Amino acid sequence: MIENLLFGFKGLWMGFAAITPQAVIMIIVGAVLIYLGVKKGFEPLLLLPIGFGCILVNIPLTGLMGQDGLLRHFYDFGIATEIFPCLIFVGIGAMTDFTPLLENPRIFLLGAAGQFGIFLTLLLALLLGFQPLEAVAVGIIGACDGPTSIFVTSRYAPHLLGQVSVAAYSYMALVPLIQPPIMRLLTSSRERAIPMRTTKPTVSKTALIIFPLAVTVITCIVAPMGTPLMGMIMLGNLMKESGVVKRLTDASANELTNIVTLLLGLTIGATMDGQAFLTPKTLLVLALGFLAICLDTAAGVMFGKILSWLSKGQVNPLIGAAGISAYPMSARVVQSEGSKYNKRSYLLMPAMAANTSGQIGSVMAAAIMLSVLQVMNLIK
Amino acid sequence: MGKLEFGITMLVSGMGGTLVSLYLLSLMIRLIKVAFPRQVENKPAEAAGTENKK
Repeated sequence: MIENLLFGFKGLWMGFAAITPQAVIMIIVGAVLIYLGVKKGFEPLLLLPIGFGCILVNIPLTGLMGQDGLLRHFYDFGIATEIFPCLIFVGIGAMTDFTPLLENPRIFLLGAAGQFGIFLTLLLALLLGFQPLEAVAVGIIGACDGPTSIFVTSRYAPHLLGQVSVAAYSYMALVPLIQPPIMRLLTSSRERAIPMRTTKPTVSKTALIIFPLAVTVITCIVAPMGTPLMGMIMLGNLMKESGVVKRLTDASANELTNIVTLLLGLTIGATMDGQAFLTPKTLLVLALGFLAICLDTAAGVMFGKILSWLSKGQVNPLIGAAGISAYPMSARVVQSEGSKYNKRSYLLMPAMAANTSGQIGSVMAAAIMLSVLQVMNLIK
Repeated sequence: MGKLEFGITMLVSGMGGTLVSLYLLSLMIRLIKVAFPRQVENKPAEAAGTENKK
């Protein structure tokens, strides 16, 4: 009788006996992510489920990421198949207004310049010993776009998924802290004070509807590997601009995005197993990701200065910093910085144009990278 | 292909491809705006005209 009782109590003790130091550290990491989301307001929609998923997966003997585990099912369904990032992109397209970009098409080039950090970081990652596909996954943090980072990393470097996702979302939240010092370093106070004129609206409703169709066809012909992402974001935008499928647009922007965000975050957190996450490589990934975003900002501002020179002072170079995909946070940062030097300067709309071009630019950069990798026979 | 060669290939083709693609998209936007210009709304002017006649 006593033996049976002791045997039963042993079942309750097994979990405590199986706790490892790595598990304890990762549970603390998960708690920190939740704290950053709840108390500090850093991307709470992602960091809270990621942090909780991290805690769940590091509690021993749960089997959540085992063969028939709950989180394994979510991962196999949504991450391994890349369905989750594509569905989020439908919602992003349904929430994005490309009107400022269409009003001022030359700002499109800032969206390209803002991706420079991806490729420089990729080169640096290779020099630091990462394998080619790992370096691509690290570089893509510079896209400043969670779904794009997850799309690339989950297929080509899944063992880095936790690190890349945490880096991408955390640094996106830190854009208001990362960008302003770089913007001030690379511009003079005279340049920062350049006002940008508001122009009369020139974009028709028809143009707004044709835009997503044209972008899809052109970009997917150039870089076919990016079709899932570019197609989904433009589908969302087409639904929004057509105005005839409001239910679908509202569902995409709200219910669909919210549900997928929850499952995506939880599943990303579930990849943060202590043994896989607590390696020297993780620190390198986090450091390189930070560098990628700094380089994006610097390249965007420098290109903004070139545009300013070419336009004889009509373009404020600060808007180049908004050429990353952190929409709409980066545009607000640019407006805030610009208004410090010229209270009459209204940079929000041109910065929004640069920001939305950065969204397209980041997907385009990822798509071109994948297409080049396919030609090199490094991926299927 | 060595790592450095791979990295430079990705940098040149990736960044170059992105710049060229987005430049083409900016040209496409200008074309769309020319083909489908915004119609100026005449309703406020017409309403003012009607009121004057009264």
